Amino acid sequence: MSAFGRVTDAPASFVLVGARIVDPSLGTDAVGDLAVVAGRLVDPAAAPTDLPRLVGAGLLAMPALCDLHAHLREPGDGRTETIESGSRAAAHGGYATVCAMPNTDPPLDERARVALVVDLARDAACRVRVVAAATRGREGERMTEVGELIPLHIVGISDDGAAVASARVARGILAYLAPLDLPLIEHAEEPSLAVGAVMRSGRTATRLGLSGWPGSAELSMVERDIGLAKETGGWVHLTHLSTAAALEAVRRARARGTRVTCDVTPHHLALTDAWVAGDRGFAWEEPTGAVADPFRTPLDPELAYDSACRVNPPLPTREDALALLEGVADGTIDAIATDHAPHPRERKAVEFAAAAPGMIGLETALSVGLAAVEAGRLTLPDLVVAMATRPAALIGEERSLSPGALADLAVVDPQARWCVEPDALASSSTNTPLLGMELPGVVRLTVASGRITYRDGLDSAR
Amino acid sequence: MIESLGTPPVADHAKAPTWRHRHLLDVDQLDHAEIERCLGLAIEMRSLRDRGERLDLLRSQIVGLAFAEASTRTRVSFEVAAAALGAQVVDLPIEASSVTKGESLIDTLRTLERTGVGTIVLRHAASGAPYLAARSVGARVVNAGDGTHAHPTQALLDALTLRDALGTLEGKRVAIVGDIGHSRVARSNIHLLTALGATVRLVGPPAWVRGFEDWPGVSISHELEEGLRDADAVMALRVQLERDAGGGVPTLREYTARWGLDEERMALAARDAPLLHPGPTNEGVEITPELAASPRSLIGRQVSNGVAVRMAVLALLAS
Repeated sequence: MSAFGRVTDAPASFVLVGARIVDPSLGTDAVGDLAVVAGRLVDPAAAPTDLPRLVGAGLLAMPALCDLHAHLREPGDGRTETIESGSRAAAHGGYATVCAMPNTDPPLDERARVALVVDLARDAACRVRVVAAATRGREGERMTEVGELIPLHIVGISDDGAAVASARVARGILAYLAPLDLPLIEHAEEPSLAVGAVMRSGRTATRLGLSGWPGSAELSMVERDIGLAKETGGWVHLTHLSTAAALEAVRRARARGTRVTCDVTPHHLALTDAWVAGDRGFAWEEPTGAVADPFRTPLDPELAYDSACRVNPPLPTREDALALLEGVADGTIDAIATDHAPHPRERKAVEFAAAAPGMIGLETALSVGLAAVEAGRLTLPDLVVAMATRPAALIGEERSLSPGALADLAVVDPQARWCVEPDALASSSTNTPLLGMELPGVVRLTVASGRITYRDGLDSAR
Repeated sequence: MIESLGTPPVADHAKAPTWRHRHLLDVDQLDHAEIERCLGLAIEMRSLRDRGERLDLLRSQIVGLAFAEASTRTRVSFEVAAAALGAQVVDLPIEASSVTKGESLIDTLRTLERTGVGTIVLRHAASGAPYLAARSVGARVVNAGDGTHAHPTQALLDALTLRDALGTLEGKRVAIVGDIGHSRVARSNIHLLTALGATVRLVGPPAWVRGFEDWPGVSISHELEEGLRDADAVMALRVQLERDAGGGVPTLREYTARWGLDEERMALAARDAPLLHPGPTNEGVEITPELAASPRSLIGRQVSNGVAVRMAVLALLAS
C-alpha cells in the first residue's frame, strides 16, 4: 500500500536499518542506518531506542531529488495537472523539490501570480519553487519585475517554451540579473531554424517525412547566450540541452570561466529519434531495427508516429544521447531535470505534427536514470549528484544526509521493477512513450522537509 | 461470385493465402511476394477492365473516401476502382484542419465508421495520419497520401508502369528529379523500386535531396546532367509552386533552368528511357509541354494503371 503525505504534516521520526546509503555531499557509499528524529537527521548511535524501525536491507537511501524544470500547469485548466497532483507525482518519483515553470495560463510574470503558486504549494507533497517568466506575458520584450519576486524565493526567470528571441532583450536581462545571483533559464532554440519542425532532423525524420529540427537551432542560441553571459557577467542556465554540439560549446565556455550551467532531461539521455518510428530501445542498447537502419526497417503500425514521442527539443539522435550521458558522467551537465510536461489526452490523440510537445517525467526519471546505471553508462553517485545534490545546490538548497540536517531523502528499491501504466501514476496526465514499459527502481519512501511525503510498502523491523 | 466470372487468374487469387495486412499504410509493409501478388492482380484487373467485365468482390461493402487535402486524380481513381469492384462509394467529409473545428481526425473517422464504412481511403496533409487512423478505427485504412511521408498506391502504379515499359526493374537505374524531401511519391517509390532490384538516383537542389544519402540503393546528384546520364527511366516530381525563395532554390525560374526536364536533356538518359510524372504537371516548370506529350511520356499510362492497382489493393485488403 502506498500513501502520500504533505510537507505540512507532523515531522517524521524513524530509523532506516541496513540500507545502502549514497551521499555525494559526504562522499559516502556504504551500508548503514539512517535515523530521523522530529524531521532531522541524527546520529543513529545516539537515536532514541523506541523509534519505529524500517527494514532497509537491499534498499538504496539517497538525498531526495530536486527537479529544476517541471510544468505543474497551475494556474491552468485544473485537470491536466495541478500543484497537488504534480507534487504527488514528484513525491512518488523521489523528489523533495520541484521548480515550477512559468508558462502557465496565465503566465507567472508578476508578483500576485507567483505568490498564488507559492500559496497553493504551501501544503503540497513536495516543496515547490517558482521559475518566473523572463518577460511580461512571455512575449520576449519587457523584462519581468524581478526585484519584487526575490522575496518569494524564485530560482530564476525563463520564457521556457521558447528562448528570449531578441538578443538585445536577453542581454539586458543577463546584465540586470548578474548581481542578483539568479539565472536566466534558457530554452535554447533559434526560432527561425525551428519553425515548423516536429522532430530531430536526421535519418528517421527523412524516412518518416516529418519536418526536421536541425541541431544548429540549439547550437546557435547556446553560442549566443554564452557570448551574452560572458560579456555581461550574467548567469545563463541552459535547460534541456539535447545535442552534443551544444554540450561541447558549454564545456568550452565553462573552461573559460563563463557563468553557464545546464541540465538535460531523462528522455534526451535514454530515448532517441528512432522512437518516433516505433523503436523502443534505450540509447545505450545495441542498435537494431529502426536505429540501425531507419530506411529499410518497416514501420510498426502500432507505434509509428506515436504523438507521445513529440517533445521539444525533439528526441535526439543516438549519438547525441550517448554524448549527453558522458556529459552527465563528466560533470559538464549540472543536472538531470525532467521537463515534466503533462498534456490532456485530446492534445495528444491527434496527428503527430499537431500534437502538443512534451512528456511527463517526474515519476519515471529516477527509474530511467537507474536503467542507465544498470547499463553502466553512469555510476550511482553520478546519478545522485545530477538528480539531487547539484540541482539543489544551484537553487540554494542543501542535500546532505549528515546528522543535524533537515531530512530530505529518498529510499528506493533498485532491484524491484514496475510497469509504467496510468494507474501507477499520480500525475493527472499519462503522456509518456514509456507507458507499458517495465522500468527498474521502485521508490519506497520520500521525505521532504522532514515529513514523509510518500511511502510504499516499507516493512517494520523488529 | 468469382468463379462465375470465368477468369482463372482471379480465381487463383481467391485461392491464394490470406492477405495478412488489414491496412495499406505504405509499401514498406509488403514483402517481395506480396508486392508481386499486388502487381500481378493489378494486371489481371487491367485486363478485366479492358474486356469490359465487372467484378463484385466488394459488393455490399462501403468504401469511404476521406480526402482532407485537395486531390482530383487519386480520389477519382479510387472511386472508379471501388465502383468497378461493386462497392458503394461515399465521400467522407474530413476537414483539412479538423483541429480548428474542435473535432479530431479520430472523432470524425469513428463517427463515420458507424455508418457502415468498411474501408477508409485517407488522404491527409499530416505525415503519419493513416497510422493514427488505423490504430483508432476498426475499418480498413488505405493511405492515399500522407503529408510528405508515403503514397503507396502511387508507387505501385509507377512500378507497374515501369515494368510494362522495361520488362523488369532488376538492375535498372531510375532517376527521380525534384523536391524529394517534400515528396511522399518519392519516398514510397524509393522503397518499392529498391525492393524490386532497381537503384535510385535522387536529383535536385541540395536542400531538396538532403537526408537521403544513407538510404540503401540510393545515390544523390545535384547536377541534372549527371543524374540523367544512362538512366533507364526518369521520374519528374511536381514542384510545389510556393517553394521558391527560401525553400531550397532562389527562384522557380532558376529551378527550371537547372533541373527542368526537356527533350534535349532527356537524350542523356538511356535510349527510349520512359518518363513518369505523378501529376498534375506544371508544364514549363519541371517539364516542358513537348516532353510531357512525347512518346517517352507514360503519364497517361500511369493514370489508367492507377485504377487497376487500386482495384487490386482494395480487393486484397478485403480478402
